[in-house]
Amino acid sequence: MAQVSLEGITKEFAGGVRAVNEVSLEVPDGEFLVLVGPSGCGKTTALRLIAGLEKATSGTIRIGSQVVNGVSPRDRDIAMVFQNYALYPHMTVYRNLAFGLRERRTPKPEIARRVAEISSILGLDELLKRRPAQLSGGQRQRVAMGRALVREPAVFLLDEPLSNLDAKLRVQMRAELKRLHQKLGITTVYVTHDQVEAMTLADRMVVMSAGRTLQIGAPQEIYAEPVSLFVAGFIGSPAMNLLRGRAAGSRVTAGELAFERPGVPDGEVVVGIRPESLVPAGAAVPSGAAGPPCLDLHVDLVEPLGETTLVHGTVSGAAAESGAEEEQAILADAASRAPVTAVLATSHGTRPGDRMRVTAPPDRIYLFDAATGEAIR
Amino acid sequence: MTGDTIPEAARLPRRAGAGDAAGEEPRPRRQPREDGRFLFSPWHLVLIPLAVVMLVPMVWMLVTSLETLNETRHFPPVLLPHTLAPGNYAQVLRQAPFARWFVNTLIVTVATVAGNLLLCAMAGYAFARIKFFGREVVFILVLATLMIPFQVVMIPTFIIVKHLGLINTLGGLIVPNLAQAFGIFLFRQFFRTLPVELEEAARIDGASRLGVLFKIVLPLSGPALATVAVITFLYTWNDFLWPLITIYSPNNMTLQLGLTTFEGTHQTTTNLLMAANVMSLLPVLLLFFLAQRYFIRGIASTGLKG
Repeated sequence: MAQVSLEGITKEFAGGVRAVNEVSLEVPDGEFLVLVGPSGCGKTTALRLIAGLEKATSGTIRIGSQVVNGVSPRDRDIAMVFQNYALYPHMTVYRNLAFGLRERRTPKPEIARRVAEISSILGLDELLKRRPAQLSGGQRQRVAMGRALVREPAVFLLDEPLSNLDAKLRVQMRAELKRLHQKLGITTVYVTHDQVEAMTLADRMVVMSAGRTLQIGAPQEIYAEPVSLFVAGFIGSPAMNLLRGRAAGSRVTAGELAFERPGVPDGEVVVGIRPESLVPAGAAVPSGAAGPPCLDLHVDLVEPLGETTLVHGTVSGAAAESGAEEEQAILADAASRAPVTAVLATSHGTRPGDRMRVTAPPDRIYLFDAATGEAIR
Repeated sequence: MTGDTIPEAARLPRRAGAGDAAGEEPRPRRQPREDGRFLFSPWHLVLIPLAVVMLVPMVWMLVTSLETLNETRHFPPVLLPHTLAPGNYAQVLRQAPFARWFVNTLIVTVATVAGNLLLCAMAGYAFARIKFFGREVVFILVLATLMIPFQVVMIPTFIIVKHLGLINTLGGLIVPNLAQAFGIFLFRQFFRTLPVELEEAARIDGASRLGVLFKIVLPLSGPALATVAVITFLYTWNDFLWPLITIYSPNNMTLQLGLTTFEGTHQTTTNLLMAANVMSLLPVLLLFFLAQRYFIRGIASTGLKG
């Protein structure tokens, strides 16, 4: 068991690319920390720096109380699960699990005991004589975790371990991973680009972009209080709706949306509303002169999910981008209207072509400085 | 446990092992013809005559090895001997220390192959995976030695071997050939195709660099090991020029050198020479049939002649 700390870590690759830029983190003993960000944000490099597979250009890495910058991976008391599992193809599952212990000259009976223990925890008993090529994706994934855990490492590092599994298995393994962490309490650093995975697994999460940490905090905290437009756009699924607007004298307008927000400095802003915050105006909010801000939504697509339905449409106004979008929108509408998504109860019966008024509680509407992207509180 | 079935997993490509989960498709194998019949292709019109041209010397050698000395001197050559003389083979074994030469060649070849596998693999691994100052320059220098003909380095090598005191010994045949640029190159290229995560996982698991090489990388490098072994075997077994200038006493000769003793100044016993040839060729032919695909892979992957 150990805590991990990074102090001002920078990693510059040949050619001057800064994959990790002045990153500082503390991972307390036993915490499940998730590094999340779009591809190329430096999260995997950060993990490899902790593992010792890359050397930091500057900064200090500590595991426990020891500075490990110059320590080789095998002496760091860490274990890592790779995205493609990296099981040794020429060894049986048993020998894969035992490899690390054998390399450390653990006595044979001790190896047998520990392999038996971990294989029963992970349900690998039936597979010990097979080779990796004879295993399914989920089974390989378990073996990879077992190989890491059997050494009882101080720190457990995982690099997108679930990304090669199909959707159903991923959800299942995600829960098992969390259960395993609760049971063993090993300090864990987990890298993913999937913000749902990050939200569900993390004690705390670190949102990264372009080699820097943007926000560190509990998942709920980051969801509720994103510090920047990028974090707001990245965390949450479906992504936050973003509209260009103006603030003038404590009054914010974006298209037809208008509301008071005392203390907002004048200037260009981006207004953000989470799809989950939107509700049909008629039902939830009494109309009145000083009524809540409303949007006139022209529904063009509905995606029923069972209990809820994703309602896609447009409102008047201009769309803003957070910079966290995976892809440019296909069939982007003319600039005169901005796309908006709402999560509504399926019982509402929304259909394509409907026009409806939706609203959100004023305290659930986020404001960001359009120039810097910083949240305006 | 999981919904996936085992046969589905087993279909995944073998060597990729850990790296295959990204979903790459198994490469389609060429299917054997279902009815097993010979199908004609226009290429056969070219290939069959070429095959005949290639086979004639072999057949002629075999035939000559069974002829009497008189028949070998007949012109035009006798392709169907009137009397078979299998005694030629026995005479070769009686007349020359053939068994000794065979053992010598075997010792030299096995030692050279072993040395090449070990040293070329280690050097190739360093060039493939270990970052060190001047790596690319050194590698290019190693490759450049492939372009220097043996005749150019023959004399300097001879002088070195003489200073080592290895002239007229089997060691003199082994030591200069323990590592070859070709093998280093082939290993390097192969190692670079292995998923690097396997090695990283092993390093985290506690293996040293050499441990990674011997426990993870080499067990997965069967094709490269086989190719280097086969090509080194062939080269060493058939080498003639270097033994010719290094070895002078008959007891230390290799087969290729020993064969020349059947060519006298005044008379060549062609039938005995051919019988000895056939015997010296057998191990090579055997190896070729066992490891045909590695010959082809090795030659195809480097563009060098075998």
